Amino acid sequence: MASLKKRVVDAAISGYEWLENRLGLFGPMIKSAMHPTPANNASWMYVFGSAATVLLILQVVTGILLALVYSPSANEAWGSLQFLNHNVALGWYLRALHGWGSDFMIAIVLIHMVQVFLFGAYKFPRELTWIVGVVLLLLTLGMAFTGQVMRFDQDAYWGLGIGASIASRVPFVGEALVHLVVGGPIIGAATLSRFFTLHVFVIPGLLLGGVGVHLFMVLRHGVSDWPMPGRIVSKATYEREYHELTEKTGIPFVPDAAWKDAVFAAAVLFSVMACAFFFGPFGPSGQPDPTIIQTAPKPDFAFLWIYAVLAFLPPSIETPVMLVVPVLAIAGMLILPLIAGEGERHWARRPVAVLMVSVIAVSLGVFTRLGTYTPWSPVMEAWTSYAVPTKYLAHRTPLERQGALVLQDKQCRNCHSLDGAGGQRGPALDAIASRMTEDQIIRQVLQGGGNMPAYGNALNPSETKALVHFLMTLRGNDLAPAVDMSRKLAETSEMEKAPAPAQPSPSEPR
Amino acid sequence: MSELLHSPGESSEVGLPPQAKAAAHSRRVFLFKLSVLLNAAVGTVLAVPIVGYLLGPVLKKNSETGSWITIGEVDAFPVGETRLVDFASPVSRLGDGQTAKVACWVRRISAQQFQVFAINCAHLGCPVRWFAQSKLFMCPCHGGAYYEDGSRASGPPERGLFEYQYKIAGSSLSIHAGNMPTLATEASCSGPNTGARRMTEKELVQIEPASVETRSKSWPV
Repeated sequence: MASLKKRVVDAAISGYEWLENRLGLFGPMIKSAMHPTPANNASWMYVFGSAATVLLILQVVTGILLALVYSPSANEAWGSLQFLNHNVALGWYLRALHGWGSDFMIAIVLIHMVQVFLFGAYKFPRELTWIVGVVLLLLTLGMAFTGQVMRFDQDAYWGLGIGASIASRVPFVGEALVHLVVGGPIIGAATLSRFFTLHVFVIPGLLLGGVGVHLFMVLRHGVSDWPMPGRIVSKATYEREYHELTEKTGIPFVPDAAWKDAVFAAAVLFSVMACAFFFGPFGPSGQPDPTIIQTAPKPDFAFLWIYAVLAFLPPSIETPVMLVVPVLAIAGMLILPLIAGEGERHWARRPVAVLMVSVIAVSLGVFTRLGTYTPWSPVMEAWTSYAVPTKYLAHRTPLERQGALVLQDKQCRNCHSLDGAGGQRGPALDAIASRMTEDQIIRQVLQGGGNMPAYGNALNPSETKALVHFLMTLRGNDLAPAVDMSRKLAETSEMEKAPAPAQPSPSEPR
Repeated sequence: MSELLHSPGESSEVGLPPQAKAAAHSRRVFLFKLSVLLNAAVGTVLAVPIVGYLLGPVLKKNSETGSWITIGEVDAFPVGETRLVDFASPVSRLGDGQTAKVACWVRRISAQQFQVFAINCAHLGCPVRWFAQSKLFMCPCHGGAYYEDGSRASGPPERGLFEYQYKIAGSSLSIHAGNMPTLATEASCSGPNTGARRMTEKELVQIEPASVETRSKSWPV
């Protein structure tokens, strides 16, 4: 037996040697996998880059498998996704893996970027590694956007419309850009084909090549050592110091440091699988039929914050902000290591860096949260869905109740809520009469202003009177009605001819 | 013996470094440079049609896009009402499927006067919905609102709705449809020419919201 075992081992070794003698790749690969790395970076904080790579491989594999069934044609794509979801065995699970894998990949790439930024790992000599990483982040986001188009449902269709509308705002070449993005005069077959080409050929090619360059540079410069307050990066000394540290404390990356990467990657993969299994695939939502206008298009999670920001920009500065800010932001990320390539690495000595990360993270979080419930959008069905609360109708005059009918019928509820039900575009009306006088309400209703359309053409005088009478009854929990102090001032000065401004009596509500 | 082993080009500089060898072979260096030039020329000739193919959708003249298309009988639109009309895009291509369908809002002002609006919001292109009771178009995406004549009422849009040119031929209503309307491509659907009777002067009188300052000026202090 022993001799048989020995013979098998010998055969395996000689087979390996035959292969390696001709291929010559295993030796260098094993050598670089086992390269010594400073012991202080064998940390759970250094596992995000490898996890992102593992997710990329998952996306490539699941993407290829989905392409076996998916039909990248405008008249079949939506149907082929339904087919995948319902008729192909485990098709739904592959779609779910690919969809959740994409969300996880964006999240992990962002966490990786924040970690590298806070640890100052982008500084000398790893500036180019960071720059390539920024490009990889943009490519990842590009995959997410083009992937959302692959779903080719209502959201994808109108999302393309939003993309084309943004492109149309570019001065001079806007029209050409729209046609380049859309691939023709309208969103259709050509649009899906070119986004499929981007999603399946162009961006993945760039992404895989970029990851290769990124990894090559990581090996070339070594994984950055754990930052210490006061240990300054200087171009003159850093590489010698890093080399000395590696010689003094070095451990082989595989297996001494890599086991943490492997455990984290497994945990991430397991999370993707769990999300895919329990929450299922994303969509597709309604068919990509532009004549179905009963829709409220929304982008995928990663782009909700942009969707929210676009709701808040005033029209006068919207186009410049839309076109200039992304350029500045990307340029800022790209040149960051070139202007801050030396100095302190530790976050405790870089308060501005910590502040920047905090502000950006909170901003993205807030805008994403707003994007999930879009308070700026009218609730199109509110006027027929939510009745006027009965407590606002009890003990009211017929005229006031008629006003409540006007309020419902004129779609006021689409933007104004009563008792928590209705749109949030405008202020809630539950206590409107305690904030505005009758005159102010009339003026606001008829002339609009402050983001409210004028209803002068949509209301006749009797409707206006009824509506305003009803609104005047809405004073929350019996708050005092609003009073126009200046009117009192005017009346007093005209009637009494008093030179001094009248003092409001203490009993008068202000 | 050594005569046989030497390659025809191999000569005395065996011991020289490669750069020096190359310098000595000025003819080969020249030929290499020539081959680079040759490939640059071939590459250029190759690239021109490829770039032309890539930019095909861009190079098409905007004015050539689209055509007149009948969207219905005039009598189907009651005066004073605004209705949604579907039609097949005249510029659709093979495989467009449902995306070849287009919708527009048709407002009949009087017997001979119409307004035909694109459903695409002027902000970012989402489909606006008409509410007859409040006489407003509302956009579901970012809350843009427009009055019945298409002018901007509120929200982020910087202008009113895009309008199609229309004409009435006999009893049928036709519009000129082509490009999907955006801020840059609306020209083809709303040009200044042809028989379309567009309402250039908006009837609606925009009353500026009175501010506190202007009001207090006229009052005695």
